[in-house]
Amino acid sequence: MTETDVKVVYKRPLGFTDRTTHYCPGCTHGVAHRLIAEVLEEMGELNNTIGVAPVGCAVFAYNYFNFDFVEAAHGRAPAMATGIKRTLPNKIVFTYQGDGDLASMGMGEIVAAAARGEHFTVIFINNTNYGMTGGQMAPTTLPGQKTSSSPLGRDVETQGYPIRTAELLATLDGAAFVARRSLHDARSIRNAKRAIRTAFEAQKQGLGFSMIELLSICPTNWGLKPAAARTWLAEHMLPYYPVGDFKVSTAVSEMKIGGN
Amino acid sequence: MPPKGWVEINELYCKACETCVTDCPTQTLALDMSRLTVKGYHPAHMLHPENCIACGTCAVVCPDAAITVFRGVRPGDEKGGEAA
Ligand SMILES: Cc1ncc(C[n+]2csc(CCOP(=O)(O)OP(=O)(O)O)c2C)c(N)n1
Ligand code: SF4
Ligand SMILES: [Mg+2]
Repeated sequence: MTETDVKVVYKRPLGFTDRTTHYCPGCTHGVAHRLIAEVLEEMGELNNTIGVAPVGCAVFAYNYFNFDFVEAAHGRAPAMATGIKRTLPNKIVFTYQGDGDLASMGMGEIVAAAARGEHFTVIFINNTNYGMTGGQMAPTTLPGQKTSSSPLGRDVETQGYPIRTAELLATLDGAAFVARRSLHDARSIRNAKRAIRTAFEAQKQGLGFSMIELLSICPTNWGLKPAAARTWLAEHMLPYYPVGDFKVSTAVSEMKIGGN
Repeated sequence: MPPKGWVEINELYCKACETCVTDCPTQTLALDMSRLTVKGYHPAHMLHPENCIACGTCAVVCPDAAITVFRGVRPGDEKGGEAA
């Protein structure tokens, strides 16, 4: 073999700036960011995309992508994305939201946007808590799960049951593609990337609202090392939040995707 | 036989989360406990470079896009075996 036989199997995506992220070691927010950058690069849309950042740990997301970004008020990213996409329909527009942002503060916004069939994509990070503010209980916190605001474990009698966001949004006629994936191992991450690709392709082809829920770890607030947090996700989150496609409109199922 | 590939870990980004170490199917990687990065982490490195099969698993799971994966023979490594 000569040096010319060397092939780059993987390199940092072009859609990233050279900044280091503020995320905790092992946090899968970084994996989700990477998949978005990889998909937009493969689609050739890096110069044609506008992201909407949330309030939550991803509040600084705009520092890490080198395409356009705006920052929304808590839970209001779908409203901003609606305005941007309606004004600039040829742009790829996506929101990036945590479970507190999307399913607590912004539940009304996301339901209304999906019901209206807005033509943007939502990347939804479900890490079962409010990571940024210190690990408080979120609508996604599992029954019995201890958080800083449910120190004895979530009691469903007083605190209710977790919300399965993907299944909920899938009931709305305006939603074209709604799926859940996980980020806890390499195989799941590859599957998640394919789902994100499908969502952005659906948007590009004007097929309607799309959302990908990504099961994520928050090692810091869960009090677990990253490896143990990934195991916890697999053992506790996957049974409650199964991965799958919950809404695939006929148009999306017939869609042809170029590249890989 | 020289190894099938190699990885380069950008120490600006590596936070020593150990995800690549755990998931590498050939036990190529480990944290380098003899050094600290400028951010104060023990960076991941190739403890057993001879094991690398260039599968890319480490890069797929890396939350900080710190890893570049190459398939082929590293320049200067044509004879195979241990590399720096
Ligand atoms: C209007 C308003 N209410 C409350 C807060 C406090 N706050 C900041 S981030 C956050 C929750 C973030 O949780 P999540 O969306 O799950 O993101 P994560 O950090 O877990 O990624 C809250 C309640 C705020 N900044 N603004
Ligand atoms: S607090 Fe949790 S969600 Fe936030 S960066 Fe740290 S690990 Fe990630
Ligand atoms: Mg959260």
